[in-house]
Amino acid sequence: MAVTVRIIRALGLAMLLTVTAFAVPVGAVELGDAKAGEQLFRVCKSCHRVGEGAENAVGPHLNRIFGRVAGSVEGFRYSEGLVRAGADGLVWDADNLDIYLENPKNLVSKTRMNFAGMPDPADRSHVLAYLRAFSDKPSNIPEAAPTATATDHDLDPAILAIVGDPDYGEYLSGECLTCHQKSGANEGIPSITGWPKADFVVAMHAYKKELRPHPVMRMIAGRLSDEEIAGLAAYFEGLD
Amino acid sequence: MSLSRRSILKGAAAGAVLTAAPMVMGANHGKPKVVVVGGGAGGATVARYLAKDSKGALDVTLVEPTRTYYTCFFSNLYLGGFRTLDSIAHSYGKLASEYGINVVHDWAVGVDRDKKTVALAGGGSVPYDRLVLSPGIDFVEGSVPGWDISAQNKMPHAYKAGSQTELLKAQVDSMREGGVFVMVAPPNPYRCPPGPYERVSMVAHVLKAKNPKAKILIFDPKDKFSKQGLFQEGWEARYPGMVDWLDASFTGPLQEARPDSMEVVVGGEVTKADVVNVIPAQKAGRIAELAGVTDEKGWAPVVPATMQSRMDENIHVLGDATNQGDMPKSGFAANSQAKVAANAIRGALTGSKVFPAKFSNTCWSLIDTDNGVKVGAAYEATPEKIAKTSGFISQTGEDAALRKQTFEESLGWYSGITTDMFG
Ligand SMILES: Cc1cc2nc3c(=O)[nH]c(=O)nc-3n(C[C@H](O)[C@H](O)[C@H](O)COP(=O)(O)OP(=O)(O)OC[C@H]3O[C@@H](n4cnc5c(N)ncnc54)[C@H](O)[C@@H]3O)c2cc1C
Repeated sequence: MAVTVRIIRALGLAMLLTVTAFAVPVGAVELGDAKAGEQLFRVCKSCHRVGEGAENAVGPHLNRIFGRVAGSVEGFRYSEGLVRAGADGLVWDADNLDIYLENPKNLVSKTRMNFAGMPDPADRSHVLAYLRAFSDKPSNIPEAAPTATATDHDLDPAILAIVGDPDYGEYLSGECLTCHQKSGANEGIPSITGWPKADFVVAMHAYKKELRPHPVMRMIAGRLSDEEIAGLAAYFEGLD
Repeated sequence: MSLSRRSILKGAAAGAVLTAAPMVMGANHGKPKVVVVGGGAGGATVARYLAKDSKGALDVTLVEPTRTYYTCFFSNLYLGGFRTLDSIAHSYGKLASEYGINVVHDWAVGVDRDKKTVALAGGGSVPYDRLVLSPGIDFVEGSVPGWDISAQNKMPHAYKAGSQTELLKAQVDSMREGGVFVMVAPPNPYRCPPGPYERVSMVAHVLKAKNPKAKILIFDPKDKFSKQGLFQEGWEARYPGMVDWLDASFTGPLQEARPDSMEVVVGGEVTKADVVNVIPAQKAGRIAELAGVTDEKGWAPVVPATMQSRMDENIHVLGDATNQGDMPKSGFAANSQAKVAANAIRGALTGSKVFPAKFSNTCWSLIDTDNGVKVGAAYEATPEKIAKTSGFISQTGEDAALRKQTFEESLGWYSGITTDMFG
C-alpha cells in the first residue's frame, strides 16, 4: 500500500481518501495480540509510561493515545515537528501509529522520538493492540477514532459511488441530532461530524446489515435507503 | 426510498414552489407567521428548526410562561442524586438571540381559529398563519379521588419538573427512618411510560444509602408497565425487599388519597405513608382543549405525515398532547415529531422542499449507579396513525459494562437533545 496515501490520510485530507477508497482498503492495520504487545512494549518503556496513573516521562504518557491529536498531552514539551503535525490535523489512529512505529521520522520529520523503529508489521500490530486497551473503549463506530480499524468491507462500489444530496442529508440529520451533536462533541455518544464520506456510508450499511450490534443504530440505519445514507454522509462530511 | 420515488418527490417539491406562491403571505402580512405555544421538547424544537431552516423567511413567535425550562427527562436522576437541578434547567436566551425567535413569556389562554389569533393571559393577542401547540399534559380532575392540584404540596406529582421535583426530593431526603414511600402510578396513556418506574429506582437508590429500612409501595392501575422485566430484575438485585409493585388485581382500584392525614386507601385498606407521590391520569395541556382540537378522550388527534390537527389544518399539535398512534409520550418523540412538523410548515408557507416524515424514539432509564437500560422504536406515518415499524429493548442479565455504556449513552443523548431544543 502506498505509504504516501496513508500519510496524506493521516494529515486529514479526506477528499483524497474518498477517491482512493475504492483502490485500497482503508484502515488496513489489524490489531494484534495484546499479550505479545505487552512484552514488546518493554522497548518503549524506557521513555513511555502507560496504564493507570501513567505520567509523562522522557516521552508523553500513552493513555488514550487512540483518537488523540498529535502533540496534545498537557504538560509535555513536544518537538516542533509534532506540534505542527497536530495542528495539521494528525490524529493518532491505528494506521498512522503503525507508520510512526515503523520509523517515527517517516511520519513526523524532526520528531525528538529517537527510535530506530519496529520493522516487523506483526510486532507493531501487537504493540498497538496492547496500547489500544488503555484508550477509551471502542466507540460504536469501529471506523471512527479511537478504534480506526476494520474498514475492510464488501460494500457494493455502486453504493459507495452514489453522490448524496447534502440538503436532503440536512433534513434527515434532524433524526441524528437528537443524540449526536452537530458540534462534534463526543460525550457518551460518538461524534459523526466531519467523517470521510466513505467511512460514514460503510458504517451505516454495516448497521443496516446488522453486522454491528448497536440496536439504536441498527434501527435508524435499517430504514434508510442507500440514497438517504449518501445524503447524510454528504451532509455530515461538510460539517467542521 | 428508491431513486425514482425521490425524483418524483423532487418534482412534487418543485411543483410546490410554483403553486405555493399565492400562499406565501403578501404585503399586508409581511412574512408568514408561525406561533408556537409551549417551549418544551416539542415546542422549543419546532421553533428552533423553523427559524434556523427558513433563514429569516418566517416570523416565529414562541409563547411560554416560564423563563426556565426544567426537563422532566433526567428529573428522576436529580431525585436520585445523580444530577443537580441546575443541570436540567434551560433558558430561552439563545432561541431569541441566535435564532431571532420572538420569545413571549406569557400563557396562551385562547385560540380564535377563524381570526387565526392566540390570546395571551397578559392581554395581548398574536396572529398566526400556522399555529403549533405543544403544551404537554394536564391532569384529569378527580382521577385520584381526594387529590387535586391544591394538595400537590403535600402529595407532589413531580410530573412537571422544577419546584415539584425539588419538593419531592426534599421529602424523600428527609423521610423518617424506616418510613413508607407510596407512588400512585397513572393509568395509560401518560407521559413517559418508564418514568414512574425509573423514579422508583432512583428513590430506592437514595433510601438504600440513607434509610435502608424504608419501603416503597407502588399502587398501579395497570397490570403491566414499560420495561417491567428490566426494572423488576433491577429492584430485586439492587434493592432487595424494598420495592413492592401492586397492581389493581391484587389491591383493587385506588379509592382515595388523603393528603391531610397522608393516607392512601386501596381495596378498603388504609395505608399510612410518609411520602406520597401521586401521578394522576393525564390529558392534553388545557390550551389544546380551549383551541377545540382535542377528542373525547382529551388528546389531540393529528395527521401523522404533518402533525396537523385533524380538526384544523392551520394548527399542528406535537408531543404529549397528541393522539397520534404508537409513539410513546416522550421528549424524544416530541422532538422527532417537531422536525416533521417544521418541515411541513415550512413547505406550506415558503414552498421549500418537503421530505417524507420519519419518526423514532429511544427512552433510557437509570436503575442504579451505572446501570442504564433502554427501549426504542422506529415509526412511519400511515394515513391512520403513526405506526411502529421496528423496535428494540435492553435485555435482562446484561453485563455491567454494557449497562454502564447504556447509561453513558443517555448522558450523551441528554446533551444532544437539549442542544437540539435550545441551540
Ligand atoms: C419523571 C419524568 C421523566 C421523563 N423522562 C424522559 C426521558 O428519559 N426521555 C424522554 O424522552 N422523555 C422523558 N419524559 C417525558 C418528556 O418530559 C415529555 O414527553 C416531553 O417533555 C413532552 O414534550 P411536550 O413538548 O409535549 O411538553 P413539555 O415538554 O411539557 O412542554 C410543554 C410546555 O408548554 C408550556 N405550556 C403549557 N400550557 C401553555 C399555555 N397555555 N401557554 C403557553 N405555554 C404553555 C409549559 O410551560 C411547558 O414548558 C419524562 C417525563 C417525566 C415526567
